[in-house]
Amino acid sequence: MTTIKKPKSPGGRKAGRRHPLSSVALIAIGLLFTGGAYAAFSTSTASAETSATSQQTIGEGKKLFAANCATCHGLAAQGTGSGPSLIGVGAASVDFQVGTGRMPLQMNGPQAEKKAVQFTDEQIAALAAYVSSLAPGPGLPEAKLLDEKGDAANGAELFRINCAMCHNVAGAGGALTEGKYAPSLDGVTSKHIYEAMVTGPQSMPVFNDMNITPESKRDIITYLKYLENNPSPGGYALGSLGPVSEGLFLWIFGLGAIVALTVWITAKSN
Amino acid sequence: MSTTTTTTELVETKKSGGLTAVAANYIDERTSISTAVKELGRKIFPDHWSFLLGEVALYSFVIILLSGSFLTFFFSASMTPVLYDGSYVPLKGVEMSAAMSSSLDISFDIRGGLLMRQVHHWAALLFVAAIGLHMLRIYFTGAFRKPRELNWVIGFILFILAMAEGFTGYSLPDDLLSGNGLRIIDGMVKGIPLIGTWISFLLFGGEFPGEAIIGRLYSLHILLLPAIIVALIAMHLLFVVVHKHTQYPGAGRTNQNVVGYPVLPVYAAKAGGFFFIVFGVVMLMASLFTINPIWNYGPYDPSPVSAGTQPDWYIGFADGALRLIPPGLEFVWLDRTYSFNILIPLVSLGLFILVVLIYPFIEAWVTGDKREHHILDRPRNAPTRTAIGAAGVTFYAALWATASSDIIATHFRVTIEGVILTMQFLTLVGPFIAFFIAKRVCLALQKKDREIVLHGYESGRIVRLPGGEYIEVHQPIDEYERWKLVSYSDYKPLMIRPNAQGKITAGQKLRAGMSRWFFEDRIEPVTSTELEQSHGDHH
Repeated sequence: MTTIKKPKSPGGRKAGRRHPLSSVALIAIGLLFTGGAYAAFSTSTASAETSATSQQTIGEGKKLFAANCATCHGLAAQGTGSGPSLIGVGAASVDFQVGTGRMPLQMNGPQAEKKAVQFTDEQIAALAAYVSSLAPGPGLPEAKLLDEKGDAANGAELFRINCAMCHNVAGAGGALTEGKYAPSLDGVTSKHIYEAMVTGPQSMPVFNDMNITPESKRDIITYLKYLENNPSPGGYALGSLGPVSEGLFLWIFGLGAIVALTVWITAKSN
Repeated sequence: MSTTTTTTELVETKKSGGLTAVAANYIDERTSISTAVKELGRKIFPDHWSFLLGEVALYSFVIILLSGSFLTFFFSASMTPVLYDGSYVPLKGVEMSAAMSSSLDISFDIRGGLLMRQVHHWAALLFVAAIGLHMLRIYFTGAFRKPRELNWVIGFILFILAMAEGFTGYSLPDDLLSGNGLRIIDGMVKGIPLIGTWISFLLFGGEFPGEAIIGRLYSLHILLLPAIIVALIAMHLLFVVVHKHTQYPGAGRTNQNVVGYPVLPVYAAKAGGFFFIVFGVVMLMASLFTINPIWNYGPYDPSPVSAGTQPDWYIGFADGALRLIPPGLEFVWLDRTYSFNILIPLVSLGLFILVVLIYPFIEAWVTGDKREHHILDRPRNAPTRTAIGAAGVTFYAALWATASSDIIATHFRVTIEGVILTMQFLTLVGPFIAFFIAKRVCLALQKKDREIVLHGYESGRIVRLPGGEYIEVHQPIDEYERWKLVSYSDYKPLMIRPNAQGKITAGQKLRAGMSRWFFEDRIEPVTSTELEQSHGDHH
């Protein structure tokens, strides 16, 4: 703020401060700086989580961790009998688990499910900063990998080969063993899809950068977003579940309508 | 009225009638069609909604033929690899077979193509479903009895052929889903001992998937199977005309007559209109609801399998049978693998199909009834048949539902192991439970009918007699209603009789045993004597 030049005379200074436009200018400057700082902050978290996360954020994260996560994961995130160690899971894992509401866990069950997010974005960032400060791990994805402008055809092929056996070709989800399931990918943010691929939450395998390159991950996200943003060309998709929902629809609504019409056509007129 | 106007009117009527008459006469003189029209036009059809189900099947078949012809103009049944260059972005530049590529072109680049594909597929699902429902109606009303046993067999073969048509069609686009379906068939074929592998190689022209199968399935799908189906439908309908239509029991309806409307003019108009209604329903479904989105499945590649991979509904029972088989049923003997996890479903489904196919003959043998039957049974009046039907439906339904075990697991939030275990139980025990319940319900309903015939309806009106006694007034049933309740054929268990040599054969014993099982528990129809007596009791 010191860099802004001010009029030199004391009288002029006073007049400048009282100038009708001065409050407008102050607000503009304030907005410019907070916006700029925010932009700088967000890009720096995207590129590398260490540079912008100050010691203060880590401290905040530690407090949040102790209050909300340590019961199961241990005070030093070392893990306990009821929760795994979080050393080395990285910011991506925290952002996915907490950012989709899976953590903190609400109850025991076959798997942690998506639910209402329990923390603000700042709190999630603080938790992520704290956990990633313990040991290096997968960081948050760069923004350019999430721009949904990759090669959808390549993404679709990779998705069919690597993901469709659990998540279904249209990302509608599918069953796993013992009550676990691969959730539907409809409405999941690009960032969370990317983080899930990198960290392999719960039953999901890890798809590291050697396995599927970051660019290919971008393609997969592009494909999923294509499916999400383009309605099915054939009309209502019946949940994209395949022949089961088609058959059910046919028997209940198709044949149901036909039978109703046969009853109508053979009804005796009054 | 002046004479001039009359003459013009006369001339006009003569003119319009004249042309029709001349044309009709021209055709009749050359084809003698009037005999057929006279015969068919006066054919009486009874009116009941359940008699239209077969018609629905026929109409869906017509829709399938029409839409299918459109599709053949653009489909290329070749497995030659090409690079897709159509307008669906997420498949651009992907290598696929010409079959898949042309299916995608039909869906995205040919005007009306996607609609026609969806019409074809929805109509196919409706076709098989309508046949299924039609068959259930025939079964539960006993319409397969003499003289219609052969028509039951033809109809059932049509059902099997419809499934074959459906499956070959499902495989043609060569997308991931259909390829996986073919892979399962390939696996089942290879599971047959000794000859399985040979048959598979013969079928696919080498190792699966090869480059021949789509072309071969296409020949079957558009040439051989439809030709057989059309021929069998013609026979099926011819038999319907020859046998006359069956009718539900009712006053004035006998084995000798048919109560209903003549084909011309009302019935034909109704039936013709009904075709357009069915077409309309199929069109609505096809234009509003996606079916088989091959663009999601992508080209076939033997490695990926999607979650929720199922066949179309009518093959579901076979898929379900495979899912139900517990693991660990493969044995190696004499250097050959015997896959009982394939053989058990194959054999049990084969037996099931065989029993359904020959059921009319089994029942005729058990009852020993050689009379013609043109009056339908109310299902309750044939308790054992209805119960067998209920058991069969339960068995089929359990297998069918198992094909969607994974979808049941995710959508009802249960474990897939639990679903499979439940369905295993339902498949094996469910039919017995269904048999018992259905039989008891039928007998109870028959008892209720008897009660109503003898004592009338409970009217709910309580009357105090002069002596102080309270009675509830029963409303006697009217004669038309009563006819429905008392006129059914009743069977008694057959007695074992020695044959000409004075011996009781094992076959005789089996037949007597079956007959006892069929007719031991029965409620006899009310006789006129009983009716007379009951009139004395009340009022």
